[in-house]
Amino acid sequence: MNRRVFLQRSLASGAVALAASSGLLVPGTVLASWNKAAFDAKDMASALKGAVGSDSVEESADIKIKAPDIAENGAVVPVTVSTTIKDVKTISIFSEKNGTPLVAQFDFDSSSQPFISTRIKMGKTSNVVAVVNAGGKNYQAKKEVKVTIGGCGG
Amino acid sequence: MSKKSSIKIRAKLKNGVTTVKALVRHPMETGLRKDKKTGKVIPAKFIQNLSCEVNGKKVINGQIGVAVSKNPYFSFKFEGANSGDELKLAWTDNTGKSDTTTSKIK
Repeated sequence: MNRRVFLQRSLASGAVALAASSGLLVPGTVLASWNKAAFDAKDMASALKGAVGSDSVEESADIKIKAPDIAENGAVVPVTVSTTIKDVKTISIFSEKNGTPLVAQFDFDSSSQPFISTRIKMGKTSNVVAVVNAGGKNYQAKKEVKVTIGGCGG
Repeated sequence: MSKKSSIKIRAKLKNGVTTVKALVRHPMETGLRKDKKTGKVIPAKFIQNLSCEVNGKKVINGQIGVAVSKNPYFSFKFEGANSGDELKLAWTDNTGKSDTTTSKIK
């Protein structure tokens, strides 16, 4: 190839390398999508349809939700969800009575265990609902958390 | 790597399972709160995506909404990694900001 093309190509790849090393080209996050319809849904049925494709969910005793019976501070409610169901694709966490019930959704694969722990905001006493999508079906468990001081601010 | 990371992370391997505990400094502003002095709505600023990779392979992805608490905590577990493997956690928020941190699995 001629010198000009060689220089252009090496400059271009140099720029890419610089961008990559500075963290601007983080693989996966650039293309990551965010399910706006599900997160903006204002009721459980729509949030379920948006998050897991259907509001038809089967109760399952194989999903464990660890959350306090009474949350003194609704702004920081620790929630841990785990399940023994196999081939879990996603775990979605909802706070049923929040203005927009869907809180978060996590994807799992064969190496990640279906376990997630985080802290969520709850506007008022409500069920925390964990929905596990596995093998093409949706399973759920609920746990009521009493909230003394609502956590959504305002 | 001059900017201080917003992510604190600990990854421990025990009996073949790596447990990751991460704390992210982020306001997770819902967009529903009003500034008490000006009465203006504080715009939403919240993490939307979280991802974790080990040795370049995706381990977990999360889509996050405004109802995750301020300065969010996340913990998750996975198998198949070895002590000394490099783990990378990254987040992006609705304003286009992002941050990443890497840590070795202990």
